[in-house]
Amino acid sequence: MNEQALLGLADDELVLGWRDSEWTGIAPLLEEDVAFSSIAQNEIGHARAVYELLAGPAGDADALAFDRKPEEYRCAPLVELHLLEWAHTIARRWLYEVADEIRITALKENADPAVAGLAAKIDREEAYHRMHAEMWHDRLRDEPRFRKAVEELWPYALGLLPTELRGELVARVGLAEVDAIERGTHTDELAPMWEEMTMVRRSAPAGSQW
Amino acid sequence: MVGEGQVWEALAEIPDPEIPVVSLVDLGVIRSVDVSNGHVRIEFTPTFLGCPALEVMKRAMEEKVPGAEVQVIQDDSWSTDKITPAGREKLRAAGFAPPAPREASAPKLVQLQANVFRCPYCGSTDTRLENIFGPTPCRSLRYCESCRQPFEQFKTI
Repeated sequence: MNEQALLGLADDELVLGWRDSEWTGIAPLLEEDVAFSSIAQNEIGHARAVYELLAGPAGDADALAFDRKPEEYRCAPLVELHLLEWAHTIARRWLYEVADEIRITALKENADPAVAGLAAKIDREEAYHRMHAEMWHDRLRDEPRFRKAVEELWPYALGLLPTELRGELVARVGLAEVDAIERGTHTDELAPMWEEMTMVRRSAPAGSQW
Repeated sequence: MVGEGQVWEALAEIPDPEIPVVSLVDLGVIRSVDVSNGHVRIEFTPTFLGCPALEVMKRAMEEKVPGAEVQVIQDDSWSTDKITPAGREKLRAAGFAPPAPREASAPKLVQLQANVFRCPYCGSTDTRLENIFGPTPCRSLRYCESCRQPFEQFKTI
């Protein structure tokens, strides 16, 4: 597993955690307010653990998370999208969790025991995110608005995975493979989010203690 | 010179920051204690990676056992099966349903929806899942149809 791929995983979880947390306080159901907040907290926790692994014991995981410029992030465009509509939000959650399960399952077999061990830990927590995504997918799968949202986000979802893992995603989602919107490019929606996400850190005097 | 037994005793006095009825030892999050040449090394496994109590626990251990090196182990060696029988009883007494035992495969929604979870207040198993997620990452919300009391169920991980 190369570092760029791990950084991509951490950036996906950080940015999606941030996006999911945008529903805190305004989700259409109280239960979903709690669910999205909790899922976001987990995703950001996963990001932190991967940044810490990449930074090493003497490194600075916060610097890795927040001191890069938006164009230096390795997240997939799917997680950057600022979605204000429930069908798209759930479509993204479901597509992300299906793809993430494929990626994490592969990571559990990694030759580096630190990477494989962390992937196994993340996998246990993700089981609950998958339940939530599946529950909503079962409920909305025949709704035209949801189908349309899944189809719109499908090229983005393919971009989450390296090409060798895409076949499994295609089989599980049941849509034909199309040109993916690849990692390494960014949407216009990342930069404004980055401004907000890093505002406190950028405004704090050097050497501030938290 | 401090011995391993004394370190374990000290750690057993540190309450969980969010559920103070149980200690870190009750939770089973201390993986090992090693004392050699006067140096104390504690291996600690977080419950959930995003749990904000993680930092608080680490600091509490460093304060309780001065000079100790606390190593956070981020793998899957902790599961809710590591919560001690005493810890499970304390959770139940405080109104938290302890986690179901972990099975070979990951937990499934149909299992959480099944009526096998016992209400910590009245003991009835006529309970239903309200929300997979709760006030902290480690808990779900359930409702007891028998005593009409909502309660928090520890997730199995």
